[in-house]
Amino acid sequence: MDRSPHPAIAAGAHPFPHSHLLGIAGLQAWEMLFLLDEAERWVGVNRSRQKHGEQLAGLTQINAFFENSTRTLLSFEIAGKRLGADVVNLGASGSSMKKGETLLDTASTLNAMHPDMLVIRHGSSGAVQLIAEKVDCPVLNAGDGRHEHPTQALLDALTIRRRKGRIEGLTVAICGDILHSRVARSNFQLLTALGARIRAVAPPTLLPPDVGHLGAESFTDMDKGLAGADVVMMLRLQTERMDGAYVPSTREYFRFYGLTEARLSHAASDVLVMHPGPMNRGVEIDGAIADDIARSAVTEQVEMGVAVRMACLDVLTRTRRGAW
Amino acid sequence: MVRPIAITGGRVVDPASGFDAPAMVVIRDRVVAGIGNDAPPADAEIIDATGLVIAPGLIDAGVFRADAAACHAGGITRVVLMPDQRPPLDDPALVSFAQQMGKPDVWVHPLVAATRGLEGHELAEIGLAREAGAVGVATGRHGIASAAVMHRLLSYASAFDMVVVTHAEDAALTAGAVATEGDYATRLGLPAAPAFAEAMAVARDIRLAEATGARLHIRQVTTAEGLDLVRAARARGVRVTAGITPAHWLLGETAVAGFRSFARLSPPLRADADRRAVADAIADGTIAVIASGHDPRTQEDKRLPFADAAPGMAGAETLLALSLSLVQTGAMTLGAVLRTMTDAPARLFGLAGGVLATGAPADLMLFDPGAPWRIDGAAFRGAGNTPFDGLPVQGRVQMTIKGGDVVWRG
Repeated sequence: MDRSPHPAIAAGAHPFPHSHLLGIAGLQAWEMLFLLDEAERWVGVNRSRQKHGEQLAGLTQINAFFENSTRTLLSFEIAGKRLGADVVNLGASGSSMKKGETLLDTASTLNAMHPDMLVIRHGSSGAVQLIAEKVDCPVLNAGDGRHEHPTQALLDALTIRRRKGRIEGLTVAICGDILHSRVARSNFQLLTALGARIRAVAPPTLLPPDVGHLGAESFTDMDKGLAGADVVMMLRLQTERMDGAYVPSTREYFRFYGLTEARLSHAASDVLVMHPGPMNRGVEIDGAIADDIARSAVTEQVEMGVAVRMACLDVLTRTRRGAW
Repeated sequence: MVRPIAITGGRVVDPASGFDAPAMVVIRDRVVAGIGNDAPPADAEIIDATGLVIAPGLIDAGVFRADAAACHAGGITRVVLMPDQRPPLDDPALVSFAQQMGKPDVWVHPLVAATRGLEGHELAEIGLAREAGAVGVATGRHGIASAAVMHRLLSYASAFDMVVVTHAEDAALTAGAVATEGDYATRLGLPAAPAFAEAMAVARDIRLAEATGARLHIRQVTTAEGLDLVRAARARGVRVTAGITPAHWLLGETAVAGFRSFARLSPPLRADADRRAVADAIADGTIAVIASGHDPRTQEDKRLPFADAAPGMAGAETLLALSLSLVQTGAMTLGAVLRTMTDAPARLFGLAGGVLATGAPADLMLFDPGAPWRIDGAAFRGAGNTPFDGLPVQGRVQMTIKGGDVVWRG
């Protein structure tokens, strides 16, 4: 897909004047589009037989995941390796935090090893920003608490743009546990900045009261929330939030907020179904819908994830590589 | 025999009597020997207070640490100490020890923990603690979750006519929350509780105070709704008073942007309308007491992700300057603002200080009400965890005198 540069970049704006990628908040629309365009290049590379680049050769990328993750960690590891970086993973169980070391001491320790790129996931909102203030290399937020998960929002946007040809003017319904979701927060900001209309669909206990300030219209009736939607993005409902804590039970949740064939019939006929994974089949999404390749973009999201992360790693290290 | 001191050329402001005029203050034998315009005693040491205000030393009605250096720099000569110590002040012996620890520089008036270990279940020996020097009873950083325990506490405390100091946040609604529900908390992904969690606790505690006849002091009332409840209760004669710290009328929820953990306070910072309601409530007297809430925290407690950081701020050194903003905006007179930090807490807790009158303890401070300076946590004498770092303010303490001794010169 050949795209001409955004008018702001054509007029001389730096396409990405940031040291870190800590969130979607703070990015200009053209910077988001720049990252998407960059990611587009890597999609083709990833589908070819020769997937190995040298852009990050000689650079060290540390993936420090203080919260458990399999998919995102794997995606970042593959992205780094395909760009030629030396990738090291630090998991929560392997970190000294278990031994009582403070977060900032851990950050100093990592920094002393002279990484060229730090990819961080942490269970507390704001933790990644705190580390970024303490280290000398670019920091990429791979998810912090309920705050942001910028690469997930970017890969979602890339998936939508490739399937629908555009983002502007689309109606996107984001459904499920919005209260605890960093994916939802990043997506609200990214998709509204790129001109989509966003709906937040959830039971009131899982809907933050001020979601309107993030540009989303809120719905507690899922049928109404899905009416005419071009994209339905389901969120994962963690099991500890069921069983009477925020919703009474799994079966009651599925009855009113699960994505079923009947419910999906309210959406546009060419609706695209997305899920950041891992899915709870029969809790938030009917298995048959998830597997329908005509409507479901779930596996494509995973594929776009690698491309988006390659683009972010490449762009964030350009200054130190002298590659702008 | 110590030489008498004559402080000349200043403006004497005594909120208790309403006195506000140029006058000389003479100190002899650790008490105020006279206020007037006679010639200074021949043997007196003269302190020139030209251009300065001479006022009673401040009584800081609710600190978590009796930090003498910070208090002196802030013009504070007496502090009311919260029971949240290690171990909690839930025993008469601990109260007695706490009461002695500040002398002679800063007098510490401890509050006894309402319940053993501040756990909210079993009543502490508050009667014996009063005999050991406790000036009141406090629930500590948190309220008492159980209405039944709170009812018994107020009922029991009323027999000793001890004021019960509470923290007004509904325990269940605010469990795990670090911010006020609203735009900022949602954007930052912070666990949040609705602002009305305060009104629920205020309503409960006022009703229980009304039922038992106990004296209730709500250490911080930070929302318009909570303040309306206090205003209405006071109008119908309930023995309830409200306090505040400067953060809640000078800062709003926007201060937590960027995850600034120095702005992590308890109760959390509120929306702008509540912030303005607090300033109005101080001016109309609904809030009678301004305290610093002085709560020094180390880097280890604060340099953490916002939700994991400990709440609290260092406040003793900025209490006066921040409070004077109410004079500078024209909302209140100097005397009225000083009253919230002198006469009002003295009456609330039955303390001897807080007045500038012949025969009163020579606890006083001299400050320049117009002196501009910039708050700089790194330059504090005590801990520097202030959410006001970098803020330009007016009004600076030049001298603090405790019991006739000059303990601080600015």
